[in-house]
Amino acid sequence: MNNPVSLLFSLAVTFGLMSLLAIGGANSTIPEMHRIAVDVHHWLSDGQFADMFAISQLSPGPNVLIVTLIGYHVAGLLGAGIATLAMCGPSAMFAYIVGNMFQRASHSPWPALLQSALVPLSIGLMCASGYVLIGTADHSWIGLAITLAAAVAAIGTRLNPLWALAIGGCLGFVGIV
Amino acid sequence: MTADSSPFAPDQHHPDTAPAAPPPELFALFLAFAKMSLAGFGGVLVWARRAIVEQHRWMTPDEFNEAFALCHFLPGPNIVNLSVVFGARFRGIPGSIAAFLGLLGPPVLLVTGLAALYSRYGEIPALQRSLNGVSCAAVGLFLGVIWRMMMPLFKRRNPMELSLLAAVFIAVGLFRFPLPWVLVIAVPISIALTYAVRMRIKKSEAAS
Repeated sequence: MNNPVSLLFSLAVTFGLMSLLAIGGANSTIPEMHRIAVDVHHWLSDGQFADMFAISQLSPGPNVLIVTLIGYHVAGLLGAGIATLAMCGPSAMFAYIVGNMFQRASHSPWPALLQSALVPLSIGLMCASGYVLIGTADHSWIGLAITLAAAVAAIGTRLNPLWALAIGGCLGFVGIV
Repeated sequence: MTADSSPFAPDQHHPDTAPAAPPPELFALFLAFAKMSLAGFGGVLVWARRAIVEQHRWMTPDEFNEAFALCHFLPGPNIVNLSVVFGARFRGIPGSIAAFLGLLGPPVLLVTGLAALYSRYGEIPALQRSLNGVSCAAVGLFLGVIWRMMMPLFKRRNPMELSLLAAVFIAVGLFRFPLPWVLVIAVPISIALTYAVRMRIKKSEAAS
């Protein structure tokens, strides 16, 4: 298992498959990422998974970057590159092919039907992601309170999300969380 | 009139019929996607729309919505799909690659740097505590996004949609079943149910 080549291979297979399972976006595969990286392969601890989610949210760019962090943790620079490409490549090729097929507005009812069939599934997966993330990040009532406050701020205000992250970080730094 | 010409009210005087700008060069594609990616904290979509529709006028709002709807029901990171579909539409495969690399290259380099720092200093207690605080807040922001996505479904109160949502949540979130198996079962069921409901609606419309 610690053989570097087999680790890289394992990263490529894991995220290459996940790329095609990510219905509604990369975030809906968070439970599966957590299951494989923490529970199956023991690449990371719960806390490290939460840290990586935090770092990926602190960084600009697409949500998929948590995969880069996991890849680096498992197998260094090469691991980061391979995990990222595996997560983005297969679905990108698929999108290229389908994008060419639907270049002109199509009158087939299937895309719309497929879309309305997938929406409830993708939102169910997002809810599962949220649930799994609460389990990895919030270990105290105060942590849970910060989570709830950030959720309320995100729903009810137009506050820049970076403020919520910064406040959470400061509260953590002074040792409240 | 003068009040309307404020720079903060863009696009309203340029209806959907405004002719698109000439198709972008490869380097322009790369640069545009790199910029929107680096500007996009907590989601690139807003910036992608701003750059593609308002700033560069490479697409009309309708064209953009159509391209994004397509990318949203395809598997994989939505915005990555959008970069590929968008690049291909203007410059074929090289265009796709330029947009893809622009979107992913710079943030991946940045995050790899952060990953290296984390692996070296991640054990320092003060950093550990701060990151824990950040992740609590990040999870909250994430829940906020989910809430917004769920609202339209709750408003429709369609029992079929809500039970599919709940079933997937229970299988993946609570029971932690492997995602491939859940989808192999849930996707065909959902398509069949959605199809059946549509047929029934059509029939009752035809009957009345």
